[in-house]
Amino acid sequence: MNFELTEERQMLQDGLRRYLSESVTHEGLAAATESEAGHDVGLWAGLAEMGVIGALFSEEDGGFGGAGFDLSLVFEETGRAGLVEPLLDVGVLSGGLIAALGNDTQRGLVDEIIGGAVQVAFAHGEPNSRYDLSRVEATAKAQGDGYVLNGRKAVVVGAPSAQMLIVSARTSGNAMDQDGISLFLVPVGQDGVEMRSYPLNGGGRAAEVTLTDVTVGGDALLGAEGQAFAALEDANARATCAIAAEALGLMETIKTLTTDYLSQRKQFGQPIGKFQVLQHRMADVLIEIEQARSAVINLAGNLDGDRVERERHVSATKNLIGRVARQVVEESIQMHGGIGMTQEYALSHFAKRLTMVDHRFGDTDFHLERFIRLSAA
Amino acid sequence: MDLSYTPEQLAFQDEVRSFLQDKLPAHLSDKVKGGKRLGKADYEEWHAILNERGWLAATWAPEYGGTGWDAVQRHIFEMETTAAGAPRIVPFGLHMLGPVLQKFGNQQQKDYWLPRILNGDDWWCQGYSEPGAGSDLASVKTTAVRDGDHYVVNGQKTWTTLGQYANMIFCLVRTSKEGKPQEGISFLLVDMDTPGVEVRPIVLLDGEAEVNEVWFDNVRVPVENLVGEENKGWTYAKYLLTHERTNIAGVGFARQGLANLRRIAGLEQSGGQPLIQNPFFAGRLAQVEIDLMAMATTNLRVIAAAAAGNAPGAESSMLKVKGTIIRQEINALTRQAIGPYAAPFVSEELEAGSNADPVGPEYAMAGTQAYFNNRKLSIYGGSNEVQRQIISKAILGL
Ligand SMILES: Cc1cc2nc3c(=O)[nH]c(=O)nc-3n(C[C@H](O)[C@H](O)[C@H](O)COP(=O)(O)OP(=O)(O)OC[C@H]3O[C@@H](n4cnc5c(N)ncnc54)[C@H](O)[C@@H]3O)c2cc1C
Repeated sequence: MNFELTEERQMLQDGLRRYLSESVTHEGLAAATESEAGHDVGLWAGLAEMGVIGALFSEEDGGFGGAGFDLSLVFEETGRAGLVEPLLDVGVLSGGLIAALGNDTQRGLVDEIIGGAVQVAFAHGEPNSRYDLSRVEATAKAQGDGYVLNGRKAVVVGAPSAQMLIVSARTSGNAMDQDGISLFLVPVGQDGVEMRSYPLNGGGRAAEVTLTDVTVGGDALLGAEGQAFAALEDANARATCAIAAEALGLMETIKTLTTDYLSQRKQFGQPIGKFQVLQHRMADVLIEIEQARSAVINLAGNLDGDRVERERHVSATKNLIGRVARQVVEESIQMHGGIGMTQEYALSHFAKRLTMVDHRFGDTDFHLERFIRLSAA
Repeated sequence: MDLSYTPEQLAFQDEVRSFLQDKLPAHLSDKVKGGKRLGKADYEEWHAILNERGWLAATWAPEYGGTGWDAVQRHIFEMETTAAGAPRIVPFGLHMLGPVLQKFGNQQQKDYWLPRILNGDDWWCQGYSEPGAGSDLASVKTTAVRDGDHYVVNGQKTWTTLGQYANMIFCLVRTSKEGKPQEGISFLLVDMDTPGVEVRPIVLLDGEAEVNEVWFDNVRVPVENLVGEENKGWTYAKYLLTHERTNIAGVGFARQGLANLRRIAGLEQSGGQPLIQNPFFAGRLAQVEIDLMAMATTNLRVIAAAAAGNAPGAESSMLKVKGTIIRQEINALTRQAIGPYAAPFVSEELEAGSNADPVGPEYAMAGTQAYFNNRKLSIYGGSNEVQRQIISKAILGL
């Protein structure tokens, strides 16, 4: 049993923490969110240069990490800093899918992603799909040796800054079927691709993507036709690990902000942190954040294991993270009083970003239900 | 024990209902129900409609133009107006300052200010809190120093709700540093157009600017704007806080929120069925509804006691804590129900009649921002921690 980081990972963690604490500011995050692209080009280049994107990929895919604990390490740090860059979307989701399914030509994109030159966003969710991974209503009809794509993709995070999309579409079957889902690489400038970009609660940007008779060649197909579901589930598990770790980092920063505030803020002639009721609640927050840390470790350590066991951990971890996130957000704002509700003070950014974790890859109840189902199987 | 209204109360309920049907403009109730922004003109329009009917000042005595309703009638009015989607009555002049002036103001002040509140000539805001004086309100530092027939006011108020619309502010100011902090506070009415008053907006985490900082730099206030006696302001402030506590349980808001949640959960799809049919979600919804049913009766019990002449004391603290927990739970479930479309933040969507097509479902933006905004419910008006302190002292004697 050993819960220490390896030396390489420790170095990456130290370097990344230092880099982010020097380069990420509350004002910078807000500016990135308001910008058309929704991200900070300089920061992205810096992350690539440090090898942070590469740490999300295995050596055989051209990176130097890629294991669950690499993901959790990187995303805990980005969470700690409140980073809004689409690292999860480009690196874990799109990059991971291309590495897993791509042919030699397509896999060239992975190198460009690792180098920071290209961003690919993952256009999968739809207005009605909520958290159901197999619910795909967008269609891809074979035409000549290519396909014609139609449909609408919802809340595609990172799309405004991406050059390329991975679009999921149905080549056969019905809306909920696992079989019949295919993935396509589509440049954002392709005829028939329309994007409506907007900022997100908690920072960063996403877009609604509408595909109207988008024609792509056969070489746009990523992986085997109709067989994408297993890879989707894989990518989803890795993304859940990443977002859970990000949530943990957000919680750590919120804990620090709140503890500091409790020590500094005086009412009735003493620091409010001397009121026992607040002490106990802060102690509960700490206990729950340690639970969250263990849940992230559980998932990271089971990411490459047997499918059922892995998925049970996906749901267990996401459920626990969702519950703790709500408690941490609500308690930290409450214990701050009015100041905790202001946009200008950093807490609000972290609190909103942490709240939004429950709105991706399945919420607390979705995963509770799924955990029960997977455990019964 | 009888849970039903008397025939007279039922008749009153009908009267309120038909009034709302006739007089509540659809453009206002649409905004309220859709969670859109309400502006100054919206509130003023609704106040004027109520004033014309003589129903604007539910907490005032009839001699001053109030309704003279008892607690049950006030409750019925609140339930009906919230259910119909009427804008809330802006409380600062009507529920806060009005009762204080009636009890502690001099004749001249009553004659001048009270009709102006009813007619909407003044928009009042509440200048209590300061950066250093939140829960510990008695530590206010803004000073008022007598200079001839004026007070000269210096300092800063904060969290001033809708101060951007206001032309008048009632303030707690320090007129003496002798004795206990509570003993040196006075209650002063300040015209915000006086030189030296500056209002700066504070943007909250939902992106909206509903509160402000108000700065005072050598602001000269005529002595006749002092309410009651110098250094007795704490007594008046406490009296005011008991009035702030009317409708503190927010049963009407909770019911309205629950109806909205049920609508949303009926429209959202999860696993191929409406979310409301998902047993996990349905369980959570039922849980909060059960809590609300009981709390509504607790509320009525307190109201019945008040109608019988027992002014609510620490009971209102109980209603505040439970009421805000329930409302915040409804807000959280609403956010949860919205799913992935809780993420987009498109400020224009809160503007009624905006041309922007909503990114997701029409309720997504308002429902999500309400979750963030209503964190305030357990912070302002005496935080829930402070309320629990009151309960443990005043009811439990601990
Ligand atoms: C949206 C909004 C609108 C507002 N509008 C107005 C307005 O119009 N006019 C106005 O005057 N004020 C207004 N307020 C201010 C409000 O009344 C204060 O925020 C409130 O009194 C709490 O003060 P504080 O924010 O300074 O928090 P603090 O008093 O600093 O409290 C911080 C935390 O410590 C806790 N705490 C404090 N004392 C104790 C104790 N003894 N025991 C245990 N816990 C304790 C609190 O409960 C809270 O959790 C508004 C506030 C908000 C958020």
